Amino acid sequence: MKISYYPGCTLKTKAKNLEDSALASLAALGIEVEELERWNCCGAVFSLADDDLIHQVAPVRDLIRARDAGADKLVTLCSQCYNVLARANKLMREEEEKRETINLFMDEEVDYHGEVQVVHFLDLLRETIGWDALREQVKVPLEGLKVAPFYGCTLLRPAEVAVGGGDRGAPHVLQDFLSALGATPVRFSAAEECCGAYEVLINPVEGMRRAGSVLAAAGESHADAIVLSCPLCEYNLGRKQGDIRAQVSGIPDIPVFYFTQLLAIALGLDASAGRFELNMASARKLLQDKKFVEAPATQV
Amino acid sequence: MPNVQKETEADLIPIFIMGKRYLVPESLTIMKAIEYAGYQFIRGCGCRGGICGACSTVYRKAGDYKIYSGLACQTVVEPNMYLTQIPFFPALRREYDYETMEPVAESIYQLYPELFRCVACNACTKICPMDVQVLDYISALKRGDLEAATRISFDCIQCGLCASRCMGELPQYHIAQLARRLHGGKLAPRAEHLRQVVESIAAGKFADVMEELKALPVDELRKLYTERELEPAMSDEQWRPSNNAGL
Ligand code: FES
Repeated sequence: MKISYYPGCTLKTKAKNLEDSALASLAALGIEVEELERWNCCGAVFSLADDDLIHQVAPVRDLIRARDAGADKLVTLCSQCYNVLARANKLMREEEEKRETINLFMDEEVDYHGEVQVVHFLDLLRETIGWDALREQVKVPLEGLKVAPFYGCTLLRPAEVAVGGGDRGAPHVLQDFLSALGATPVRFSAAEECCGAYEVLINPVEGMRRAGSVLAAAGESHADAIVLSCPLCEYNLGRKQGDIRAQVSGIPDIPVFYFTQLLAIALGLDASAGRFELNMASARKLLQDKKFVEAPATQV
Repeated sequence: MPNVQKETEADLIPIFIMGKRYLVPESLTIMKAIEYAGYQFIRGCGCRGGICGACSTVYRKAGDYKIYSGLACQTVVEPNMYLTQIPFFPALRREYDYETMEPVAESIYQLYPELFRCVACNACTKICPMDVQVLDYISALKRGDLEAATRISFDCIQCGLCASRCMGELPQYHIAQLARRLHGGKLAPRAEHLRQVVESIAAGKFADVMEELKALPVDELRKLYTERELEPAMSDEQWRPSNNAGL
């Protein structure tokens, strides 16, 4: 079985810490994936207008590239890319008329019918390795680390593409993942809320209010950290956290990690695999305080 | 009845130039066929060697919905080809101060935010007469990869056909040129052999030859030029001029 890997634009720029930690972890786990040789931006947001098929062309083109590379699965890390690719794939599988129109338009490619399966990295771990086997691979159990699992919108909505393999109850993939690493997932009332998304561009005050309420809920859960899989969520909850704290009261100082960064550390990889220099400063410090990673050698 | 080939003339085939039918010899390039038909180029023609990008041409074939493109100076005519030249296509080219510009993708995003209007329709790649993977370099730039954009766009001759077909209204070829300038001038490692040659020239390697040439009367200079040794059209890489002075 061949697994193609679709990084998405942000993982090559602002979210190198998501990509590098994930690829290092996969290598350590012995799961082989191959980055698509050619890929384009997926569009980042799935177009909801029923007659707007042109915005499906970008993700479909990526799916075709995966199919043509001989892949059975296309794995992604970014929640947004996952959502767009999975929904475009579903459209190509199920909506005959639209599929026909898109295939006719993309006349230089072999018709696509949804042959590839789009999987999120979390589901790849769950399906390919399984939580028990993952637990056995853990070299540095994250004992005593209380983590708030943040799903946000696009890992869960709509239900047909929700991570977790068609489990319709409350989502627990991230909790299962964290438990396998030896960490303690906390009950987190804002786990499935919106981080503010692109509101930060259009209406920053409202965006900060939204992100602030997620952060406040994380504080109430007494978590040491938040874990997530989306660069946009990371931006709103992590990178902008200082700004939010300056404007809204009651916002905790809480590190935000990509889930793959905790995975890399739990697998015993060198801290450099986590690229923590790209996170807020408190992130690496927390891991050091908990003795999961060593402090970097002090500069002379 | 056996096919009798005319021995003296090439066969004439019909082509349509801007909608009007002409019979032209089948072996001509589009450019020569247009001239054969009686047009004289004052635009839409430059190097005649497939490198300046002035002669981009779009055409359709009878009964075929596809749009084709080619350089008029390189593409041989086909029967019932419907063609027109597009010597220029307007595309916004931003002004910038190269010296102070950071060689990062954000510099490009600031000047050309329309980059993100790309919907990956691929019309640009389909129309490119140089077979540049235009969509691929646009995609590379969206993920901040100036090196890949430089490499992929390297064969671009700035003809502008990509911009003519873009539904996001991007000026792809100007964007790629900026990427190549930033990468080539500010990121790519310097060529060591070039530095050495420039240094040796600055140190006077050709000074004597130049002085000799400057002292020659115009007539003799002209004779030297017209009688200079030319590399034969089909020579291999081993070819060297018989007189190496000045090299
Ligand atoms: S005339 Fe220069 S490319 Fe054709």
